[in-house]
Amino acid sequence: MSRLSSRHLLGLEETPQEDIMLILETSNSFREVLERQVKKVPTLRGVTVLNLFYENSTRTRISFELAEKRLSADTINFSTSTSSVKKGESLRDTVQNIEAMKLDMVVVRHGSTGAPYFLTQCMDANIINAGDGAHEHPTQALLDMYTIWKKYGKFAGLRVVLVGDVKHSRVIRSNIWGLKAVGASVALCGPSTLLPVEVEKFGCDVYHNIDEALDGADVVNVMRIQLERQEGGMFPSQREYTNLFGITKERLKLLNKNYTIMHPGPMNRGVEITSEVADGKNSVILDQVTNGQAVRMAVLYLLSGKKEEGDA
Amino acid sequence: MTSKKYDLAIINGRVIDPELGFGKDAHVFIKDGKIAKIEVPSSKNESELKSFDDDQIIDATGKIVVPGLIDVHVHLREPGREDAETIASGCKAAAAGGFTSVCCMPNTEPRIDNQETVKFVQDRAKVADARVYVVGAITKNIEGKQLAEIGDLVKMGCVAITDDGHYVQNPEIMRRALEYAKMFNITIMQHAEDQNLCGGGVMNESYESTRLGLKGAPAAAEEIAVLRDIALTRLVGGRLHVQHVSCKEAVDAIRSAKAEGLDVTAEATPHHLVLTDEEIGKEFNTNLRVNPPLRTLEDKEAVIAGLVDGTIDCIASDHAPHSIESKDCEFDQAPPGMIGLETTVGLIKTFIIDKGVMSWADVIRKMTSNPAKILGLPGGTLADGSDADITIIDPDKKWTVKADKFQSKSSNSPFIGMKLNGQVYKTILGGRVVFER
Repeated sequence: MSRLSSRHLLGLEETPQEDIMLILETSNSFREVLERQVKKVPTLRGVTVLNLFYENSTRTRISFELAEKRLSADTINFSTSTSSVKKGESLRDTVQNIEAMKLDMVVVRHGSTGAPYFLTQCMDANIINAGDGAHEHPTQALLDMYTIWKKYGKFAGLRVVLVGDVKHSRVIRSNIWGLKAVGASVALCGPSTLLPVEVEKFGCDVYHNIDEALDGADVVNVMRIQLERQEGGMFPSQREYTNLFGITKERLKLLNKNYTIMHPGPMNRGVEITSEVADGKNSVILDQVTNGQAVRMAVLYLLSGKKEEGDA
Repeated sequence: MTSKKYDLAIINGRVIDPELGFGKDAHVFIKDGKIAKIEVPSSKNESELKSFDDDQIIDATGKIVVPGLIDVHVHLREPGREDAETIASGCKAAAAGGFTSVCCMPNTEPRIDNQETVKFVQDRAKVADARVYVVGAITKNIEGKQLAEIGDLVKMGCVAITDDGHYVQNPEIMRRALEYAKMFNITIMQHAEDQNLCGGGVMNESYESTRLGLKGAPAAAEEIAVLRDIALTRLVGGRLHVQHVSCKEAVDAIRSAKAEGLDVTAEATPHHLVLTDEEIGKEFNTNLRVNPPLRTLEDKEAVIAGLVDGTIDCIASDHAPHSIESKDCEFDQAPPGMIGLETTVGLIKTFIIDKGVMSWADVIRKMTSNPAKILGLPGGTLADGSDADITIIDPDKKWTVKADKFQSKSSNSPFIGMKLNGQVYKTILGGRVVFER
């Protein structure tokens, strides 16, 4: 089995296409494990993984934790909803203390861009970014991509529309880098106040009109509108956002026949997506969750530096 | 034998004094802490020098001898943050960087908005290795709400007023400040960034902030702030000095204000002349977090152009020490600011003079006589009878910036590891050598 070119997964901007494809291919074998009676392999036996979460997270943390347990790793969780600075202990001290406990890998979620990089500078463990600020969330993008790849068997020629708050979304950023690396066509759509400056330099098509964005697209990945981030008046009202950008059944007609609806969750039903669409036959939202485990198992395995053990 | 006529001679250096229009190999003679005379080498002074003891002569062959450098924008942190810098350590850093005069900013704890704190700083500075000129606050506690007792501050010797670190957000307050300061004929130094537009921003708003997902502070926040203050200066008069100009639009605004004849001056920092926002994403080095933020290449070039054409009058370091502890954190959690006193000469030589952008004489003018004129300070020249504040620079000394070599108590410099060409050799304050290598 070949290896990744880096011993950390900090983001997809710097991850080469070969690494991305290797992760997706490896995810296939772990996806198969999840269908077994006994959903556990001994691959990471003896490896200790820390889930270091400085922001609230339900599904990403549980998904990582399950992935680790299914690989037979020893896992510990460290969760706090405040930043290290506010807590009084510096991030460096926190991680060095943790490293002194002989950790092998750290999965980190942090509100500050670059915090996973900071960790690589103060400890030897493999670092996996589980979301840093509005910067990157590489495993979410990889599971989105895996879900697309499983369905279509390819990326070339596919048009993927990412809808929502581009400015504050790390999921969108990682999806942009990953999808572009593997040759998909990427379009962004959201209110102009939620598109960051010089967004066109990402090299994607940018739309303010959802109907134009959806026209002829294959995949729609709908981002959660973070209502708690909108006090600044980024758009006038939730109602207006829904009218202008909500994914409704009527709008699905604009898509290609074999379209796919995705959402990284948690959903605001009736805001960015209607229940009809979220629960419709082309929705793969729950598949994304299942695939997320397989992808995270693959990432953990590929970064662990462990030789393949067992039959994963 | 000992010379009784002079105390010290700096011989055979290239003496550059833009104010005097002097630029020749010459000897500088010092007596009683003052410049006694400057002469080109001759048989007369050759024999005169024979009467000097060895320790009365500084051989500056191959070196550049200039008036002691003046930095109008320095944070000495005392009182309040003596863990980051003290007046003594900041002045040692100044001396090591070739600066004999520094203007200290009032955002200490407590703020320099009252006579007692001015007095405290002045007393501490009496024994320091540089002259310290105190800049008082514009508003009480730098809150932007109510004018500080500016008359008192001036009476105590404050050379200017500023709320540096904060923009005087309320235009009515700024108008009153400009009007009131006119009575005392002092300059208002403004940190020009509209907080309503850039609040919370941790880097320049550009594709870089978009890519990194960091909150951006747009250049327009600086442009708006500068344009507003220019409008107020047009309305009521007064003297406006724009601190750390960082973007093209601000340079353009200041250029046209000057053309109009308004009393507006400006400074640029070495970091805005050398770095861009593209550095930040490489390693998230918290020492690159600074206000106003590092901007784009286009902005950097515009600031350089402004320096060249005279729109920007002086170079100021905005020396802003922060403890290791406070900078050893996530990028967006770090306090803004970087130290600059000890790297300014090397950076300007390497990135401005060596690149052929400006001559030594033009650069030295912006670090001596120009800043002196802006704030009405003594010094900035080697004219006979002036204080013997002299900086000797080794123009081709190659060196690497190292964290453990700073005289400053802090080492928050993004230039650590950088190779520079040109270094301060000796610094003389009132005829006394305060720094030598």
